[in-house]
Amino acid sequence: MIEQNFEPKIVAFCCNWCSYAGADLAGTGRLKYPENVRIIRVPCSSRVEVQMIMRAFQNGADGVMVAGCHPGDCHYDTGNYHTRRRMMLLQSLTSFLGMDPDRFIVKWISGNEAAKFKSTVEEFNETLKKLGPADKVRDQRCGI
Amino acid sequence: MRVGVFICWCGSNIKNMVDVEKVAKEAEKMPRVVYSQDVQYLCSEVGQADISKAIDEHKLDRIVIGACSPRMHESTFQQLLESKGLNPYYVEIANIREQCSWVHTDKDKATVKATELVKKAVAKSYHAIPLTSDLLKVNKKALVIGGGIAGIQAALDIADAGYPVDLVEQKPSIGGRMAQFDKTFPTLDCSACILTPKMVEAATHENITLYTYSEVENVAGYVGNFKVKIKQKAKSVKQDICNGCGDCMEKCPKKVANEFDEGNSKRKAIYTLFPQAVPNKPVIDRDNCIYYKTGKCGLCEKICPTKAIDYNQEDEIVENEYGAIIAATGFDIKDPQDLSEYYYGNHPDVITSLELERQLNASGPTSGKVIRPSNGKTPEKIVFVQCVGSRDRNKGNAYCSKVCCLYTAKHTLLLNEKFPETESYVFNIDVRTGGKGYEEFYERARHKGAKYLRGQVSKVEPLGDADNKLLVRGYDSSIGEQVEIEADLVVLATSIEPKVGSSKIAGLLGLSSDSDGFFSEAHPKLKPVETQAQGIYLAGVCQGPKDIPEAVSQASGASAKAIILFNKGEVKSVPTTAMVNEEICSGCMQCKPVCPYEAISREYVTERVAGKEVKRPVASINRALCQGCGACAGLCRSGAMDIGGFTSKQIMAEVDTL
Repeated sequence: MIEQNFEPKIVAFCCNWCSYAGADLAGTGRLKYPENVRIIRVPCSSRVEVQMIMRAFQNGADGVMVAGCHPGDCHYDTGNYHTRRRMMLLQSLTSFLGMDPDRFIVKWISGNEAAKFKSTVEEFNETLKKLGPADKVRDQRCGI
Repeated sequence: MRVGVFICWCGSNIKNMVDVEKVAKEAEKMPRVVYSQDVQYLCSEVGQADISKAIDEHKLDRIVIGACSPRMHESTFQQLLESKGLNPYYVEIANIREQCSWVHTDKDKATVKATELVKKAVAKSYHAIPLTSDLLKVNKKALVIGGGIAGIQAALDIADAGYPVDLVEQKPSIGGRMAQFDKTFPTLDCSACILTPKMVEAATHENITLYTYSEVENVAGYVGNFKVKIKQKAKSVKQDICNGCGDCMEKCPKKVANEFDEGNSKRKAIYTLFPQAVPNKPVIDRDNCIYYKTGKCGLCEKICPTKAIDYNQEDEIVENEYGAIIAATGFDIKDPQDLSEYYYGNHPDVITSLELERQLNASGPTSGKVIRPSNGKTPEKIVFVQCVGSRDRNKGNAYCSKVCCLYTAKHTLLLNEKFPETESYVFNIDVRTGGKGYEEFYERARHKGAKYLRGQVSKVEPLGDADNKLLVRGYDSSIGEQVEIEADLVVLATSIEPKVGSSKIAGLLGLSSDSDGFFSEAHPKLKPVETQAQGIYLAGVCQGPKDIPEAVSQASGASAKAIILFNKGEVKSVPTTAMVNEEICSGCMQCKPVCPYEAISREYVTERVAGKEVKRPVASINRALCQGCGACAGLCRSGAMDIGGFTSKQIMAEVDTL
């Protein structure tokens, strides 16, 4: 049963140089998006470990996003290529776990794509609202 | 551990959407927080003094700031901590402005979110570890990429400060776009008269080495210590022997379109770019030379009095080391053929502004006469079309090319001066004249008779009469009517675009580009010449459309940044580098191939196991090379690899506050 007025929790791992800057630019441009996203700043999307994503799901996240620079535009030359490979693997693992693969997304958002940041969060939020709370790997001791 | 929390109002920027007092109160309840306060402006001197006082009074050793983005003021607070004797990495910032108050509309929800962001930052601060940076020596030599006016100015400034500079230009001569211009606005100075002395100065300066007909092939290293490979294309003329007499160019039988005149004249296969080229010695264009195609000819070799022709010369790769790099790669002009309504390419009398500029130039294809390319006669009615490919997302570029309004005013004035009988009509969206003396200049153009029609041209088509005239249809919004003008010549003010190939340079230098392809500066307001890559600076139109004075000032700004770096002589290395926990590391070296800086190598540690000494492999980080991306840490299976400032513990602590 999907509860009424369900507000999903979103954790977004954003690379400092592109997506985090894009989120900042969304702020500077006063673009509006849902409150339920929590951004965690990382130097590069390739810094994100798989266990960080799983831990977020365990702790009550309904959706996790990893966002980095566009392929070819990585501040560190090649970081996002590693991200792409690693996260593709994780994507298939989430379905293996029985989780809806739509709960975990990888996006390329550059420092000037404020509008893309906004629309990505909005769309993700809508998807998660339809999917309802994620309790497959949630640690029930969290009390959520 | 004693954590202090400071919540900034940012005037009304945060306070209007977030209940800052409430956030500060909530923060007090968080574990290990011993002090919490809200402050009007944390970045101000008063705000800083408040933090400083609280550190003393409450013996704080971790500071959490709830304010604007860490990309904005992290270093401000780090410096404050350093001055208080605390490690600068003991400060943690919760971004409650850009990522909260500015993007949300519900005050209650925004306050809850701000509190959670502060909680996240507090949790991260528990695991902060002190970080230090090393001092790295700076190689006091600069590389300037691009020999246009911006590149020349940057090179001259650095050279005048006493540091050696290498100036790389892909064409056979420096000078760039400005060398093509006839006059400059708003003073109508002769472009060559003010540019060529600078070109000569750059060529003869003892601290400047010119690499013309050369390209940057590879860039490695980091601020203060770049290693750059430059490819010098074979000129096929021994530059040290050639005396520049020009006999070879006269005798060469092969004629090709002259790119310097926008294809409106011919040059030889052995050529100098223009008469005042620097260096003024010819090169052989191998793509067009008969000798390279058929093995026959060799006329230039026969005629050369100093035996300077060398058909077997090869491309040469030189490898140099630099402390700073300035990118000044310039621009290209949009090809208006994509915009079929202007009929460009289908009628010889539709030309671009740059082609008109070359016509006006005394050393151009028409020796300074303005003609209709179709019949060589002086045009009587000229229609100028503004914003061709600019300011229209659907037909080219969304941005304004910035200089077209002024150079078109210049063209009408020059035409009026040289050919008073010509009539000039200017179709424009609106006229933009930001700049000293620019509005007056535009007024002068109107006063002298240029007719400005506010509206856009919908179609240019041949009239089909004996004179081969053009019919320009457009809309004049000031009278609210469609207008038709029978023109002899149509001049298109085509959009400025990033230089073809600049994305390759961006890739080599690790620069990011904006959505239009211009290089991105580090901060649009406060760091307009720096880039996100330390030690690499920007000058000129490669960063965005600008006129000559702006390009020159940016070049001087960029060179000042390089000079500051050289004067210091040392740079601080990135403190947030990778760290290896040797006790856990198994030496699998999976991290080595993912490192983009080749900063990881295999080392051996000696241990005593069961009474015996054994050597065990572990990964080791070269801290001077590491930039702290974390690709290695993201992949390490044993969790032995970590990134200072972004350790697994820190990020996990953030995740755990959900």
